[in-house]
Amino acid sequence: MLWYVLRRLAYVLPILLGVSIVCFSLLHLAPGDPLTSVMPEFASEQVIEQIKRSYGFDKPVPVQYLLWLFNVLTGDLGLSQVANRPVWDELVPAMVNTFQLAAFGIGLSLLCGIGLGLLAGYTRRLVTDRAITTTAIIGVSVPHYWVGLVLIAILAVTLGLLPAMGKAPPSDGFGLNDIRHMILPAVTLALIPTGIIARSVRATVIDVRKQEFVQTLQANGLPPRRTFLHVIKNASPTVLAIIGIQLGHLVGGSILVETVFAWPGTGYLLNTAIAYRDLPVLQGTILVLATFFVMLNFLVDLAQPFLDPRMTRQ
Amino acid sequence: MNAVDLTPVEGNAGPFLSVRDLSVEFLSEGRPLRAINGVDFDLHLGETLCFLGESGSGKTVTMRSLVQLLPPTARIWGRVLLDGIDVLTLDADRLRAIRGSQVSMIFQEPMTALDPVFTVGHQIAEVVVWHEGLSWSAGRARALEMLELVQVPSARRRLDAYPHELSGGLRQRVMIALALSCKPKVLLADEPTTALDATVQIQILLLLRELQRELGMATIFVTHDLGVACEISDRVAVMYAGRFVETGAMAEVIDSPRHPYTVGLLNSTVHAGSERGKLAPIPGAPPDLLDMPPGCAFAPRCPRVVAACREGVPDLEQLAPGRSARCPRTGSPDC
Repeated sequence: MLWYVLRRLAYVLPILLGVSIVCFSLLHLAPGDPLTSVMPEFASEQVIEQIKRSYGFDKPVPVQYLLWLFNVLTGDLGLSQVANRPVWDELVPAMVNTFQLAAFGIGLSLLCGIGLGLLAGYTRRLVTDRAITTTAIIGVSVPHYWVGLVLIAILAVTLGLLPAMGKAPPSDGFGLNDIRHMILPAVTLALIPTGIIARSVRATVIDVRKQEFVQTLQANGLPPRRTFLHVIKNASPTVLAIIGIQLGHLVGGSILVETVFAWPGTGYLLNTAIAYRDLPVLQGTILVLATFFVMLNFLVDLAQPFLDPRMTRQ
Repeated sequence: MNAVDLTPVEGNAGPFLSVRDLSVEFLSEGRPLRAINGVDFDLHLGETLCFLGESGSGKTVTMRSLVQLLPPTARIWGRVLLDGIDVLTLDADRLRAIRGSQVSMIFQEPMTALDPVFTVGHQIAEVVVWHEGLSWSAGRARALEMLELVQVPSARRRLDAYPHELSGGLRQRVMIALALSCKPKVLLADEPTTALDATVQIQILLLLRELQRELGMATIFVTHDLGVACEISDRVAVMYAGRFVETGAMAEVIDSPRHPYTVGLLNSTVHAGSERGKLAPIPGAPPDLLDMPPGCAFAPRCPRVVAACREGVPDLEQLAPGRSARCPRTGSPDC
């Protein structure tokens, strides 16, 4: 088991290193000079040199990377060029908001995705299965932001049932108004993961139920509910891996949904950082989200051997 | 009625398992497919009956239909009396109560027939807990007892092993332990040694024979392997295209086969009684069950076919008590 953990960790470290290199390169790959926005308009050569030196841009690129990496590892993501505040101070509240929304969204998509997937898998080729499969394909294929706009148009604008955008103003604790604000973005966000989870649960359940051990259970007179537990446990490693990836997408890939609903999360932060060319915020946000994604999948990998004992033996 | 009288070795009361006119039909692309056609037999406790035949002859389907373990497209007719209970009329709950506790099954492929993500101890305990209402710790104790019964070495440690951590032979021993965990009266073994190495096959066969005698179970053994059949069975029923074509005591059938198909089987396999070095395969292939010949199903491949064979399905004629063959020429001298 320890060996398994170490081996998984050995996969994670190079990926994280790669992520950090990509994030660092953003600064140099983005068109234009990173200093133009802070430079006085008619700066002399001497002033330019001085500013360059003060920001560390006079050093060779690998040295700049190592310095940057050291800062990041010690918790310094730099200053936001727009707000002139530490990137962390921008990032933390945005992450809290995004996690709130993602938790709501993933809860919704787990509930619907697993439930519908099981139903479809157990009623294969029947009406329920066909209806669920078709709906799942539509759910996966329709663009997020469009669904978001349609939901706003119908439920918020025409019917006035729910708030159209934004987050509830901070009050004492978490209340009903917070949930009302989260419903539309969370539903929109949950749409694609629900479809993907439903489809993978269905396929896995059908696959597991075809296996011979299910017949052994039946031959031994075990009731359907016990057989169901065996099917679930056999299906869980595959489904968990997919849920891990979807959860990552939910946290990281919500730029469009957060923008449509003006939800002040990381996606929204990224969008504004792009608009204002706020490179340190962009770098920091991408780095944190990518690390989160990698670590999430690492955790999923660690959970796998508990569900399928064959995993540790390779 | 062609009820085959499989008289027990010793004078028991009635047969423990009595099957009459058992037929099974599957729906194959909307067309009914007769897999089993009027099978009759009796089986006493302590007796081993072997279904012998090629793949597709209906031996597995016959065995599975005894506990209705068939896909939902199957329809079963006839009567299966197990200790006086008509199994085919039972509702799902009562059928489940019988499966695993009265009638157990051993499957061919022990790797796929065990759940890969539960320990073998758990899988055995689960059945015991369910049928006998024991606690999980009592179920686990029974699992240990069973693993020791089937001679799994260091059984206590093997309780927490997963199927993939065991060798093929050990897995099949676990499969047997699982099947015997609730002390069933009838054991159905579906080619339990086919997937194993030759040396392991013998070990498993000897184990099964020993356990069967010790526990006094009625056993049905499905195989296509004549050598295996000889080793374990008291009686044999040779199957062809969903019918019994010959039945009798194992030794008698081997010594003097009365149906041309049995003769063909004996000539095409290496076994103790075979003439040295002469192997003669049966020409042709088993018939398509969707397109059966009008008379005897074996007629197209039979070396001794006569006109009567093609006119109607021959009766299973009783030749002596417990001995019968389905061939119009069994009475003729050259048979």
